[in-house]
Amino acid sequence: MQNNILNYLRRTVQRVPDKTAFSDGTNSLTYAQLYEQTRRIGSYLCQNGLYQRPVAIFMRRSPDEVAAFLGTITGGCFYVPVDEEMPSGRIQLILNNVKPPLIICDEHTKEAAEAFELEDGEVVLYSDIVQTEIDSAALEQVYRRAIDTDPLYIVFTSGSTGVPKGVAACHRSVIDYIEQLSEALGFNENSVFGNQTPLYFDACLKEIWGAIKFGGTAYLIPKNLFSIPVALVNFLNDHQINTICWVVSALTMISAFGTFEVVKPEYLRTIAFGSEVFPIKQFNIWRKALPEASFTNLYGPTEGTGMCCYYHVEREFLPGDVIPIGKPFPNREILLLTPEGTLAAEGQEGEICIRGTAVTLGYYNDPARTGDAFVQNPLNTAYPEFIYKTGDIGRYSETGDLLFVSRRDYQIKHMGHRIELGEIEADVSLLPEIQMAACIYDAKKKKIVLYYVGDIAEAELTAALEPKLPRYMLPNKVFKLAEMPLTANKKIDRPALKKAYENG
Amino acid sequence: MDELLKILNDLRPNVDFTTQERLIDDMILDSLALVSLISEINEVFDVTITARDILPENFNSAKALYALIQRLEDEE
Repeated sequence: MQNNILNYLRRTVQRVPDKTAFSDGTNSLTYAQLYEQTRRIGSYLCQNGLYQRPVAIFMRRSPDEVAAFLGTITGGCFYVPVDEEMPSGRIQLILNNVKPPLIICDEHTKEAAEAFELEDGEVVLYSDIVQTEIDSAALEQVYRRAIDTDPLYIVFTSGSTGVPKGVAACHRSVIDYIEQLSEALGFNENSVFGNQTPLYFDACLKEIWGAIKFGGTAYLIPKNLFSIPVALVNFLNDHQINTICWVVSALTMISAFGTFEVVKPEYLRTIAFGSEVFPIKQFNIWRKALPEASFTNLYGPTEGTGMCCYYHVEREFLPGDVIPIGKPFPNREILLLTPEGTLAAEGQEGEICIRGTAVTLGYYNDPARTGDAFVQNPLNTAYPEFIYKTGDIGRYSETGDLLFVSRRDYQIKHMGHRIELGEIEADVSLLPEIQMAACIYDAKKKKIVLYYVGDIAEAELTAALEPKLPRYMLPNKVFKLAEMPLTANKKIDRPALKKAYENG
Repeated sequence: MDELLKILNDLRPNVDFTTQERLIDDMILDSLALVSLISEINEVFDVTITARDILPENFNSAKALYALIQRLEDEE
């Protein structure tokens, strides 16, 4: 039985050592090179007595960054990716939570990495530690000691208090996910992946492990190409990319402006999307352009390890229709629970809760928030069994497919990112000039709208938020109010704000 | 031009679009922002920006973008 995710790499490197594993179009690593680098990094960790510790990886998105992830696991530790795209304040919060003994950086990030406050840790260059001599005996010992419930990574997601939450996932959850996902999407040795998502979310597990499991190839598509649709499709064709799992907005960028009339992706056969609603008009443009390709909607929160449910789109959808979430992958179950903790009646709405190996370990160093979301299965009083409450409200359609209905709280999906409006409000409220702040989301125009009361001009407020929030979380519209509308029990009256906003 | 600047400022309130000349190269406007920007320009200016036009040289500055809009207006 496989109890360590590295087993995929060990098998694949025997079979196809000289095949390209990862490439960004400029730099690439074959499986043999990847394997060697991971063993050098693992040996460095062993030599420095690091075992079962979190290692922060702060590098530019590149094949080397993937090797740093895998090298960390090879040494028996788990990786915590941080990125230049994150504001430095957010990275510092992550480091405060994780307290990594080591940050692995590259030449581009070294200066920024050294500026952080580390309680008891050091910053090392990837290019230095990858020179370490391989200690096979030590690595073999680490490999044999592996337990599949030990963590593999921690990735951070938006938290409503202003402090991001670190979702820790173990080997077993990821192995299970990759097995089920590959089966559902038909990955194989000939899969050529085109990765779009950043490497600091769990979304990239699909391409990283989908490629390694079968000995396929994954291209990390340069981010700037997503702003130049014709060049993007040319990249897909140049590298014969046949499999993509992208956020909807990246797919829309291609379909919305007539790219297919200039150039078509010649090799694309497997197209998966998720994280937000796919406008049917755009979806149908894709389908018409690539009638031979399979299209799959994926759904799942980070806390449920990557994606949890899938729906193969095989029938016609008309504008206004919503593509279902579908069904859970095997070996996990979706429970639709009422607020009382009972199963929702047939056809009724309930909170989507996940049960099974896919449920992650919880939020790292955060028992309070873990306890709120990872709870005992209320349907099971016989033994401990944690389920994850997603906060998403769903219901089953007549055909038995799960449909997404709404959110229970103020979490939104904006530009493919999961955001707690409360986190933005918390950061605004921390400014000394601010008395009150509230955010609403204009889902139609995809704009985050911030209202505030305080002694600061709108432009200054936006400027003050920039070092604190990732770009995708910055409010798109900011309005200063003389007074915040309140409800009878003195809470911010969000419906009133929404109404005022809609009326201009 | 003022109308275009207003659209841009709505999208990224804290960028000085009168001076920025690397909006695409520095990814100040990423693909996700571009989708809403182009849709809005097409609507407000009644032009059709297509994939062929979505190149860094047309989107790196407000000035270049305005020139593109004017070219497209003349063609129609």
